[in-house]
Amino acid sequence: MKIAVASGKGGTGKTFVSTNLFWAAQKKGITATLVDCDAEEPNDAEFIPGYILNNQKVIQYIPVIDAQKCTFCGKCFDYCNYNAIIYLPDNKFISVVEDLCHDCGACTVACKSGAITLKDKTIGAVRSMYVSIPADLIEAKTEIGVYSPVPVIKKAIKQTKAETLTILDAPPGISCPFIATVEKADYVVLVTEPTPFGLNDLKLSAETLKEIGKPFGVVVNRAGLGNDAVYKWLNEEHITLLMEIPFDKEIARIYSEGKLLVDQDQIYREKFIILLRTIEDKLTK
Amino acid sequence: MNEIVILSGKGGTGKTSLSAAFATLEKNLVVADCDVDAANLYLILQPKNEIEEVYVSGHRAHIDYSKCTHCGICADYCRFDAISVLDGKVQIIDTSCDGCKLCSRICSVGAIEMLPSDKSRWYAGAYRNGQMVHARLAPGEENSGKLVNVVRNYAKKLAAETNAKTIIIDGPPGTGCPVVSSLTGVKKVILVTEPSKSGFHDLKRIFELAESFNLKSSVVINKYDLNLDMSRKIEEWCKLFSIPVLGRLPFDKQIVEAMLQCKSIIEWQPSSAISREIKNIWQTINSDLI
Repeated sequence: MKIAVASGKGGTGKTFVSTNLFWAAQKKGITATLVDCDAEEPNDAEFIPGYILNNQKVIQYIPVIDAQKCTFCGKCFDYCNYNAIIYLPDNKFISVVEDLCHDCGACTVACKSGAITLKDKTIGAVRSMYVSIPADLIEAKTEIGVYSPVPVIKKAIKQTKAETLTILDAPPGISCPFIATVEKADYVVLVTEPTPFGLNDLKLSAETLKEIGKPFGVVVNRAGLGNDAVYKWLNEEHITLLMEIPFDKEIARIYSEGKLLVDQDQIYREKFIILLRTIEDKLTK
Repeated sequence: MNEIVILSGKGGTGKTSLSAAFATLEKNLVVADCDVDAANLYLILQPKNEIEEVYVSGHRAHIDYSKCTHCGICADYCRFDAISVLDGKVQIIDTSCDGCKLCSRICSVGAIEMLPSDKSRWYAGAYRNGQMVHARLAPGEENSGKLVNVVRNYAKKLAAETNAKTIIIDGPPGTGCPVVSSLTGVKKVILVTEPSKSGFHDLKRIFELAESFNLKSSVVINKYDLNLDMSRKIEEWCKLFSIPVLGRLPFDKQIVEAMLQCKSIIEWQPSSAISREIKNIWQTINSDLI
């Protein structure tokens, strides 16, 4: 079973919920994998200690155009849909802008004179970490400034096993990195906070999940801040409120130190197990 | 023209609340909300959208089944796992299509056409202290930074037209392409962080990114009193790298209260400790000290 933990807005508590849910499960002896899919800013390893088992580079191919062999027909330039080829036939100049290349392979298909070869470019890494006998952590991490974290996220998720409880800590937003994460999940937990920003972004992510037909429920974090607009909306839309975590400076402090709430507080450990059981029930129904 | 970008790496550290506060400190400002994936600043600034434009973020492959022979060659060429062949039937997986157009080019019967993804929008208009540009990227689109460029370019145009001296850019989270588009060519980079292990970790990554563009960053520590030890560690790190710490903002529930009133903290409680500190920070930003 795969559960993605997501939110439109950043900083609502995705990592908090993911790491605590994972930790509570493995403490109960449940075999679990946590995948940090927030590849631009992965943080799960700050909370979960583990031994690195392996670190696989994620590469993309970048075309290299040999100006000697190039006939300056311009077909690769036409085929490139990302403006990644600079083509100045009058000056016999042709070059690839690496940062714009999406590794789609179109230029290679276009070239009939064998002028294009490929080289590797590292865009990130997937680290596997041993946490305990029933648990491991997989971290997707992009190089800073890459055009898209999606290939790194996909590679990280591919390393999981279908039969294991897998928690995917999703990237913020609702664009393709979010989709690449939630589309692999059986269920999505949306984490929000009861503020206008939280509600606005919750609506966007809920709308998106409905569009792609993913079942989901909501965790309200920092309950007690803001107002009750989020609860009214959940009610109107018949969306399940899975759990509430109150705003509490003590919880904020534990989180800020890189510690896990479920390690410090037995009641919360049970609450996260109940959250897991609730999701399991929803999926088996 | 002075472009000031507010970034953080980690989400939820207070970029938008701080941007809103800056945006209501003076008149004749231009604000560009470059978090096009989860835009929130408009909720506080409530601009009157005088302009609404379609943004075509890319294209998606679409199969014309009256022509498709289900040969599956397109699936072999696709590098994005966006074409599946199930039970002899070729299908596009919309959410994986990158819009490279290669399938449409190699299809020998011309069964694949590229349809524009035209659900994203960008807006511009006046708010109470100046002009604002913001956008909404449609769900599942590639957040490539191109829409960020559209927003920034229009903000520059508005600034030129209205003789505005300052553009405030509310940046997106992360360290990827949209962030790069938000900071290239700006005059000042303000990094908002919070005293947590993850906030600190992400601060280092975003600082590294700004450095790689030869941009000097300054830091604001938000909610500094939630973990004084961590705040001190962050300050020590800043000192080590000669990064100016412009100010420390206390945790204050009034920030949320202001948000509920669609106001910035400056408008909601102008004489509170947090507002006074923000005013000081704004003065430093506009001085030659950083």
